Amino acid sequence: MKEYKILNTRAPRVDANDKVTGKAKYTDDLAMPGMLYGAILHSPQAHAKIISIDTTAAENLTGVFAVITHKDAHKVSFGVSPARYDEYVLAREKVRYVGDEIAAVAAATPEVARQALDLIQVEFEELDPVFDARQAMAEGAPELHEKYQQNIVQQVHWHFGDVEAVRQKADIIRTDSLTSKMQDAAFMEPQCALANYDDRGYLTMYSSTQAPHYVQRTLAMALRIPLHKVRVVKPAVGGGFGPKASCSSMELITCLLAMKTGKPVKTTFDREQVFLHSRARHQFFHKMTTGVQKDGTLVFLEHECTLDGGAYCSFGIATVYYAGSLLGGPYRLENMKYDGYRVVTNKPACGAQRGHGAVIARALFEVQLDRIAEELNMDPIELRLKNVREAGETTCNELYLSSFGMKEALEAVRDSAAWKQKRKDQPRGKGIGAACGFFVSGAGYPIYNSATYHATVITKLSEVGGGVIVESGAADIGQGSDTMLAMITAEVLGIPLDDVKVISGDSDLAVDLGAYSSRTTLMAGAAAKEAAESVKRQILEVVAAKTGAACDDLDIQDAEIVWSKGDLDIDQIRHDHRLEHRNFSGIPLSGRLTFGEASRMAFLERGSIVGTGKYKPPVLGGSFKGAAVGTSPAFGCSAQVAEVTVDLETGEVTVNKITGAHDCGFAINRTQVEGQMEGSIMMGMGEALMEEIKFDDCGRILNANLAEYKIPTSLDVPPLEAIIIESNEPNGPFGAKEVGEGAIMPTIPAILNAIYDATNVRLDELPATPERIRAALRLKDKGK
Amino acid sequence: MKKIIALNVNEIPYELAVEPNRSLADVLRYDLGLTGTKKGCGIGDCGVCTVLMGGKPVFSCLVLAVEAQDHDILTIEGVAKGPELHPIQKAFVEKGAIQCGFCTPGMVLNALALLNKNADPTEHDIRLALSGSLCRCTGYQKIVEAVKTAADMMKRSGIIEEEAE
Repeated sequence: MKEYKILNTRAPRVDANDKVTGKAKYTDDLAMPGMLYGAILHSPQAHAKIISIDTTAAENLTGVFAVITHKDAHKVSFGVSPARYDEYVLAREKVRYVGDEIAAVAAATPEVARQALDLIQVEFEELDPVFDARQAMAEGAPELHEKYQQNIVQQVHWHFGDVEAVRQKADIIRTDSLTSKMQDAAFMEPQCALANYDDRGYLTMYSSTQAPHYVQRTLAMALRIPLHKVRVVKPAVGGGFGPKASCSSMELITCLLAMKTGKPVKTTFDREQVFLHSRARHQFFHKMTTGVQKDGTLVFLEHECTLDGGAYCSFGIATVYYAGSLLGGPYRLENMKYDGYRVVTNKPACGAQRGHGAVIARALFEVQLDRIAEELNMDPIELRLKNVREAGETTCNELYLSSFGMKEALEAVRDSAAWKQKRKDQPRGKGIGAACGFFVSGAGYPIYNSATYHATVITKLSEVGGGVIVESGAADIGQGSDTMLAMITAEVLGIPLDDVKVISGDSDLAVDLGAYSSRTTLMAGAAAKEAAESVKRQILEVVAAKTGAACDDLDIQDAEIVWSKGDLDIDQIRHDHRLEHRNFSGIPLSGRLTFGEASRMAFLERGSIVGTGKYKPPVLGGSFKGAAVGTSPAFGCSAQVAEVTVDLETGEVTVNKITGAHDCGFAINRTQVEGQMEGSIMMGMGEALMEEIKFDDCGRILNANLAEYKIPTSLDVPPLEAIIIESNEPNGPFGAKEVGEGAIMPTIPAILNAIYDATNVRLDELPATPERIRAALRLKDKGK
Repeated sequence: MKKIIALNVNEIPYELAVEPNRSLADVLRYDLGLTGTKKGCGIGDCGVCTVLMGGKPVFSCLVLAVEAQDHDILTIEGVAKGPELHPIQKAFVEKGAIQCGFCTPGMVLNALALLNKNADPTEHDIRLALSGSLCRCTGYQKIVEAVKTAADMMKRSGIIEEEAE
């Protein structure tokens, strides 16, 4: 592998100092003079017609500047997929879940805003609700939206290869099912938006978003403002994991209030509102039938899935496609049938969450592989190794694996976790389990139909010389994309990381589709590389012209201009530079021409030196319906081994260790790759063991808080070992591809397989709480 | 009716009028502009608002500002004395213990309270001390490593001081 100065190191994040001193500004940390506070009235009803809304008393309250309902908003629907726009800024005619937004207030203080909400009178006519996805699809079920027959938002019917033709070839055929529960992404920062609408008709919104670009488009469309007059700025964001990747009603409401009042308005969700808005993991009902030959060769997979997506479509179309398409790998499987249904119910809307759509499907398939291995009397890792795909292969659903270190990852965790020995020797109550998974490294297509570039970057030399400014639309939500952009730029330009400043997450600066589908390193990174290379070429052209050296013989190393033929004659250049910068610090007296001097020289010669970079994936995917979802210029893959202890009396699971190996192509920053792996594993562990949104029979969330919706604490999470596999992805910058989501794919099944190894009980319902495990253990004992 | 209270935050005395039901977190963030203290739930579940009150970690969203009188309050803004980062902060930066950063101030203050009373904590001591602060990004792995590293750094600098005497 090529030697790098900056890349592949453990450089601290560029925002680390700001974050560790409390200086980093998140949206709720911002304030503007004369700012008002927004508050939202949510529906207490799961399904009801709105008969009337009386806002008179609220409007008359001192300190209230505006009260808005659907009458104040344009009748323009919005959502994520243009073909399924089904939301309005504020509910019109009816509400569809407990939490639907009905009215909003802007007031001088948050307290007055809340008081005003209490004064709004809404009269409802209750409608029958439906809370179960399978009941929602049944004949005669209450209808949520006129346009969704049987409450089905999207159905998928795929058949690759020919399952019927090969069925006879299978020696073993197993059918298993798994049901999960709706989850919450539980990012630490509740959503917040601060909007200002100026006298020229320009709207600026600061927001805790993952996708300034899509939010900009949605604001312009729903609020009827020219697109170029809408600017969305992302300050520091306290985690997103998916739900912040689409424009929310709250963002639209905040802008509408700012437009109504002519004053800046800030709205901050409380934690309950985070749960109500949701857009997190769907509830999945999976059923899979898999056929294998005696030697372990996979023959076919028949897969049915129903997704409970709550009241609106949100990302649901992509979710139901991902739930099927991402079983196309990482194993050789030429015959695959998939029937998927994404359904609406009277619950908070679900959307995308880390490992979008694919996590529970992966969990069931990997659990089923273990059951098959047991029937075949094969080691589960051996069964997987027998079937894993390698680089250069194409899956049955036409996903091309340009690099794929799946085998290397699986062997790495097997060896590092001492799999063979532990698998054999451990007593009942202790278990070890393994699983694999893979994920896209950036969606192949934007959410709306467009030939847009997916990422552009503008890199500028500071005119005074020495610094570089990178302007990008990319959204650093904590995953570290600003650091990635800075590292790539510094490496290309041969300068220290500290001399690169990244300004990002602003829709005015450049185009970037956002932090979702694990796309940023590959796409924005590629654009940053191209922009930096352009700047480097320009600077070296000027040096070449000034010194008479050939441009190709020049390079920049350690912030100095290096000529492969010897020492450049720079006496005159240096003399001029020193004259210009009398009494400044950092002015070189001897040695080679510095990057700073050369930058200044380039500016004096040509004016501002700007380089641009852009990235758009090639045309990807097959010609079948829905082929676009699942396509990607590259795929990351991951293997994990989980070790658990199960208390056979109480059913309580203690995870003792998780060893993960992920193929990220090339680690731009080793520490941050590990961080993504460790964070993914923890989120998967929460989903496997404890995370579950609970509802009462009126559709109200019973645990809309972080005490009763349990996520792992520092005491729950065991030591994690993260092994980086680098397969050198040909389509990624410097060989890099994703790590943010592929690394969650194996976690749930690795833990479930370890629980089975410890107890011999299988669960068909997640999460694997002590109650469920204990019940399964008792059932097993009775069976004996 | 508002009450006039005196607060001592990061060794700076403040006098301000607050509603009796106003939380310390809100006063720090919105009245004093110390926005390094975060708010994630407002009901004491998540720990991102952790500050030290008399050296002990508290959820500032559950402390009324009027209760905070007569106590020394330390927020993240007061941890580094001067331009140098505190060893705990340095360790967080170097070990990659920071991702989104929203839990970081509370984590650092929890770690500080721990290391002030226990210079040589075990991994379990560290995990226990941090368990009131939720983090959704890191898996805690690098945070725990950072606190261990900080303990070593603080011990080392302590030894150097002893030798100098």
